[in-house]
Amino acid sequence: MRQDIIEIRWHGRGGQGAITAAKIVANAAFKSGYNGVVMAPTFGTERRGAPVYTSLKIAREKIYDLSPIATPDMVVVLDHTLLEEVDVTHGLKEGGQIILNTPKSIDSYDFGAHRLSVADVTAYALEAGLAPGIVNTGVIGAFAKATGLVSRELLREAIRHEFSAMKPEENARAAALTYDRTVIGGA
Amino acid sequence: MHVIESGNVAAATGVKLARVQVIAAYPITPQTPLTEKLSEFVESDELSAEYIPVESEHSAMAVCIASSTTGARSFTATSANGLLYMNEQLHWAAGARLPIVMCVANRGVGAPWTVWNDHQDTVSQRDLGWIQLYCSDHQQIHDTVLKAFKLAETVSIPVMVCYDGYLLSHTYMPFDVPEQAQVDAFLPPFKPTHFLNPEEPRNFNTVTLPDVRPDLHGNTAPGYMEIRKTLHSDLRAALTEIEKIDGEFGEAFGRGGDPFVEPYRCEDADYVAFCMGSLSYQLRDVVDAMREEGTKIGVIGLKVYRPFPDAAVRDALTAHKGVIVFEKALSYGNQGALYADVKSALYSAETRPFVHNYIVGLGGREIKTHHLYDALTESIKNEAAIGDEPQWVGLKL
Amino acid sequence: MSKEEFCSMISVSEPGPGDGGNTGSWRVVRPVIDLEKCIPAKTGKPSCFNCWLYCPDAVVTKTLPPTIDYTYCKGCGICAEECPAGAITMVDEASFTKEEK
Ligand code: SF4
Ligand code: SF4
Repeated sequence: MRQDIIEIRWHGRGGQGAITAAKIVANAAFKSGYNGVVMAPTFGTERRGAPVYTSLKIAREKIYDLSPIATPDMVVVLDHTLLEEVDVTHGLKEGGQIILNTPKSIDSYDFGAHRLSVADVTAYALEAGLAPGIVNTGVIGAFAKATGLVSRELLREAIRHEFSAMKPEENARAAALTYDRTVIGGA
Repeated sequence: MHVIESGNVAAATGVKLARVQVIAAYPITPQTPLTEKLSEFVESDELSAEYIPVESEHSAMAVCIASSTTGARSFTATSANGLLYMNEQLHWAAGARLPIVMCVANRGVGAPWTVWNDHQDTVSQRDLGWIQLYCSDHQQIHDTVLKAFKLAETVSIPVMVCYDGYLLSHTYMPFDVPEQAQVDAFLPPFKPTHFLNPEEPRNFNTVTLPDVRPDLHGNTAPGYMEIRKTLHSDLRAALTEIEKIDGEFGEAFGRGGDPFVEPYRCEDADYVAFCMGSLSYQLRDVVDAMREEGTKIGVIGLKVYRPFPDAAVRDALTAHKGVIVFEKALSYGNQGALYADVKSALYSAETRPFVHNYIVGLGGREIKTHHLYDALTESIKNEAAIGDEPQWVGLKL
Repeated sequence: MSKEEFCSMISVSEPGPGDGGNTGSWRVVRPVIDLEKCIPAKTGKPSCFNCWLYCPDAVVTKTLPPTIDYTYCKGCGICAEECPAGAITMVDEASFTKEEK
């Protein structure tokens, strides 16, 4: 009903850290003046490795509707193998954005009218000094670059805050590396 | 300081700031992350409390009853079947006048098994003699926990802080966390009116006889009926304290101000939607949309369910043409429990709006905003035809 | 209302004989101590007093010899059960005359 809410859906696997990724973006968005921030993970049972999604809504004003996102403006995919299991474009608005972690080139995908951005987050995270498979901080670097919703600096701050006890520098570097190397496609 | 965390963490943060002394809890979805967080606080010495792991909810409440009887600020949390497993001890805590605070992350009750949200668990426990407060967002959860301790300890009645499972317990949103010193100024340490004290031995909650009886000194000791009547009148008198504490909280933290009902765009409204919990906030979007189309409508969220603030409800509703009560629970075989309460509050009003009853979101059935829109539109259009029967929203029968 | 005005009423009592009301009226059998068998009574030394310890209504005295307050003794028979000397017998109330009662 409200038109002022930006809806972002995060696709990952249970245990991959999609919730944490969305939470970091939520924090950064809140700090940059979005007073309405609501994040809703999949309600119910969660299984490690199974596809899960998290809804993040942001707006300038407080958000009252907590129901999951049906028609996202953007989707973030933490793992390209999910494309075989889930229709990540389900409900995605016309011209909506897809941010994808994949080792493949942007040309190997065709998402029609949607705008795709890709980054090999898995590789950049390793390069930043994180353990294999830690992609959630990297992918938000790609998200920030592709959407311009949060600045590189705020993101860095939010990551260091969230990971204060767990490799804050490496996580921030993974995001920074990915930010710089994200390939943004046309519509 | 603003943080973005889950509703369960908002509750846990409030409990920590309240400097609770004893926590006893048993895990149950969707409450579990709350008590997990508290056990982390205790483990890391951020909170100096006894955390007592127990083998069941019944024991959790039994521990709280014991610890509260010794004069310790006590807390537990649960959901759904866990709450019902406590039932006998819940009655006990109220009758014994112990100021225990309990969070309930609302969840539907089996059978059939469900882990998702509705209000059947707490609504079915409305007659315990506990105070029941309902929250609409994370800030309210956090603030209500703080107010609940103050309230419970002022009126010597246990308080349930209820918030929607998953919808609030597992979603994340920003809320403000006050400084410890601010909270300490608002909520002084617990000074019990009566407690187990070796210096002054007492038997608590000994058997009462049908009639009053003389005590050790030949004075008349109250019987069961006197004690129960006092519980009831104190619950009624607690309404004044709820209002007072809400005022004090407002002065200290700059939030609050609607102790019983939280109205949105109701001043000139012909119709008012009425409900408890986060649904009242979701309905704000619907109200905005309907207002844009020219329908004069508002929404009211009820924050205190027991004691039922009938005067406040009557005042808030009597001037409108119609009241549409949405609820996530049912008094099976009759109608929505809240609906019945609203009608009874309006009985003595000079002008009475029509009142309709809509049942929504049982067992976590997703409440789509357009469902609410349709229900409200239908209710307004078919005023006479709908009658007293509960209407079901989003039902696929 | 003040904090003290709330909660003016719960069921609370001081421990002592009679804190459960006129429990003597419940009694159908009466504990009677045989002082010939009672250890402290026999030896003149303060010992045993199991009856005093176990009586749920605190109506047995820790004296030489121990005595029972029949106004409040409810006749539960715990003292007789716990007496190691078999000194306490539970006697049918009906066998006592009005005066003895
Ligand atoms: S328990 Fe028996 S032996 Fe011991 S003091 Fe009592 S009556 Fe005497
Ligand atoms: S029967 Fe014995 S134990 Fe029971 S109340 Fe009487 S004196 Fe006490």
